[in-house]
Amino acid sequence: MTTAHDAPESQGFRLSQLIYDTRYRSLTIQVVVFFIVMAFVGWLVDNTIQNLSALGKDFNFSFLSQRAGYDIGNAIIPYNNDMTHGRALLVGLINTLWISFLGCVAATILGIFVGVLRLSKNWLVGRLMTVYVEVFRNIPLLLWILVAIALLTEAAPSPNAYKINPTTGEASASMLFDSIAFTNRYTAIPSIHFDRSLGSLDTALAPISLNFLAIVLVLIASIWVNKRVLASAAKIQEATGVRPTTWWKSALILIVPMLALLIALGFNPDEPVLQGFNFKNGTNVSNSFVPLWLGLTLYTAAFIAEIVRAGILAISKGQTEAAYALGLRPNRTMNLVILPQALRVIIPPLISQYLNLTKNSSLAIAVGYLELRGTLGGITLNQTGRELEAISLMMLIYLAISLSISGAMNVYNNRVKLKER
Amino acid sequence: MKKSVFFGALTAATLTAGLAGAATLDDVKSRGELICGVNTGLVGFAAPDANGNWSGFDVAICQAVAAAVLGDASKVKYVPTTGQTRFTALGSGEVDLLARNTTWTFSRDTDLKLQFTATNYYDGQGFMVRKDSGVTSAKELDGASVCIQTGTTTELNLADYFKANNMSYQPITVDSNAEGEQQFLAGACDAYTTDASGLAATRAAFANPSDYVILPEIISKEPLAPAVRQGDDQWTDIVRWTVFALIAAEEYGVTSANIDELAKGTDNPEVNRLLGTEGDLGAMIGLDKTWAVNAIKANGNYGEIFAATIGEQTPIGLARGLNAQWTQGGLMYAPPFR
Repeated sequence: MTTAHDAPESQGFRLSQLIYDTRYRSLTIQVVVFFIVMAFVGWLVDNTIQNLSALGKDFNFSFLSQRAGYDIGNAIIPYNNDMTHGRALLVGLINTLWISFLGCVAATILGIFVGVLRLSKNWLVGRLMTVYVEVFRNIPLLLWILVAIALLTEAAPSPNAYKINPTTGEASASMLFDSIAFTNRYTAIPSIHFDRSLGSLDTALAPISLNFLAIVLVLIASIWVNKRVLASAAKIQEATGVRPTTWWKSALILIVPMLALLIALGFNPDEPVLQGFNFKNGTNVSNSFVPLWLGLTLYTAAFIAEIVRAGILAISKGQTEAAYALGLRPNRTMNLVILPQALRVIIPPLISQYLNLTKNSSLAIAVGYLELRGTLGGITLNQTGRELEAISLMMLIYLAISLSISGAMNVYNNRVKLKER
Repeated sequence: MKKSVFFGALTAATLTAGLAGAATLDDVKSRGELICGVNTGLVGFAAPDANGNWSGFDVAICQAVAAAVLGDASKVKYVPTTGQTRFTALGSGEVDLLARNTTWTFSRDTDLKLQFTATNYYDGQGFMVRKDSGVTSAKELDGASVCIQTGTTTELNLADYFKANNMSYQPITVDSNAEGEQQFLAGACDAYTTDASGLAATRAAFANPSDYVILPEIISKEPLAPAVRQGDDQWTDIVRWTVFALIAAEEYGVTSANIDELAKGTDNPEVNRLLGTEGDLGAMIGLDKTWAVNAIKANGNYGEIFAATIGEQTPIGLARGLNAQWTQGGLMYAPPFR
């Protein structure tokens, strides 16, 4: 019971002040809520431990070093069924990263394209893009993936339909651009082939081709040199007001070394050729990968298109008009005035789209593409019966991937965002 | 007051959570319904008809157990489970009994903390191919792409078999029998592999079953058995002896046609004990005297169930083979009821 006092200022600290005094109230509430939350977490953990011990199960990850015993159809790194569950996890993780990477790249390109075209003054183009965005944005992703796989397996011909019929002299199915063949088992695409190999580097993870390494190094080096050239051109421009022409230098630096390297290595695309029952030489991309990639790309691109459109619309028209008044041409207005400002608005929601795509890649289970959810969260979980361990490990891995993407994109965001001085 | 109610509720919640998974028999009785985990749809074993009524070989086991425990074979709720979700469903208490062509293996019995009751079907893994592929033996499947359900023992057997025979294959993973069927029919894989009984059931559902052949090789032992959670011995006994009751009934010639007559008493003491006219076996597992009578009445004895769901007269057309009574050269052998 609290009683009213006439002179509260002369009192020392009373317990009731924790609730009635605004100086302490928020602190009190925070402490109470903190304890409630911790008690709830504690209860959950305790309940789990009790139930586990009631079932006679323990919590350990030793299953990761046991023999997996199952095969994975689309492993990027070398894998066979004698390897451990840990290795299978790794195969799944790399598949997750691979599909996410390809999905993000394709979705970004398509999204920017559609987003810009949706603003087109051409009525038909604008409306077509609106239809695309609304259709893909408003139907669940899983359905798109299932539609894609159904189309591929039901509508695509079998590989031997590409065989030339001896009586009629022609095949019942023909390849796209003579190099891509959609079949009901896989999509055959050309692969990269080098006549001369530099050998390969054996790492614990997977053998890395030195040819590939050389290409990456040359690419990085030429981009770096090109940057230096552009920087020095900018310097001259600042000092004299006249920008020296750099396009031929850039072209030379970017193209010639790469071309020389590719010729030296004997680069040529290896077209898929039907031999016996199946396509050989090229790469046969499994029919679980293509629908998943298509579904993820088309779905996420619809969202990215909206983000891009919103970003461009967010820049006031006065900016364009001011740029025109200064005599800037439309494409320079876009590059120098609109896009740098629009990117500030675009990047943050774009990060969450990348995160969404990565997490959505776990829908691969619907088409049997074995990524992290399929290996660790699917077969491994099932064969070892370690639900709690597998699921918590999987959650941890997805969390780590998402935080890394978000971290990397935040660094980029910090570089393009408005610098306030 | 309010506080004590809250803490009371919290304590109750903790206790319930702590005790979940104990006496399954009491749970089933108080619920008035048996929750049975079955296949998502495998004709002959467990599949719903157009009206949503489930029927099949595994379903008959669920109904027999429900009849034994609750006296009414229709008091079953079917929960369709995939190869991936079945053990979690059982372990978490979502289902009381898993009758879903599940292979009895060492690690499932021990590490997964399951209790397999009694083998109700002796199976083995086989392959199905299109007839026009010309393949007549599993040894000719080198380089083939094989559709396989994920989360099953077949996945491991397949890897072992191809390795032992020095052959390569391309696994095409599917999540359920329906998806496997679709991929196989669309030609996305050369061969479909699962338990031979499952292949026969799947083929029976095809538009042109005769265009497909099941290869003669059986590459594994797959004893299929209803499973329950470990740690509830009474419930394990109930399910186990219900299955044995069905098997014993066939052996002693007790059928759904003559059971009412036999239940009045016969000169065979074993039959009398089984049907509850002599002794009280039911009380020993916490059930009525008439538990076995109810179980057998549900769909008949083991042989009747087999013949009605997957036997040679059905589209699935499986021969008894290993699943004949031990007196006829099979492996079906119920321990004595005494």
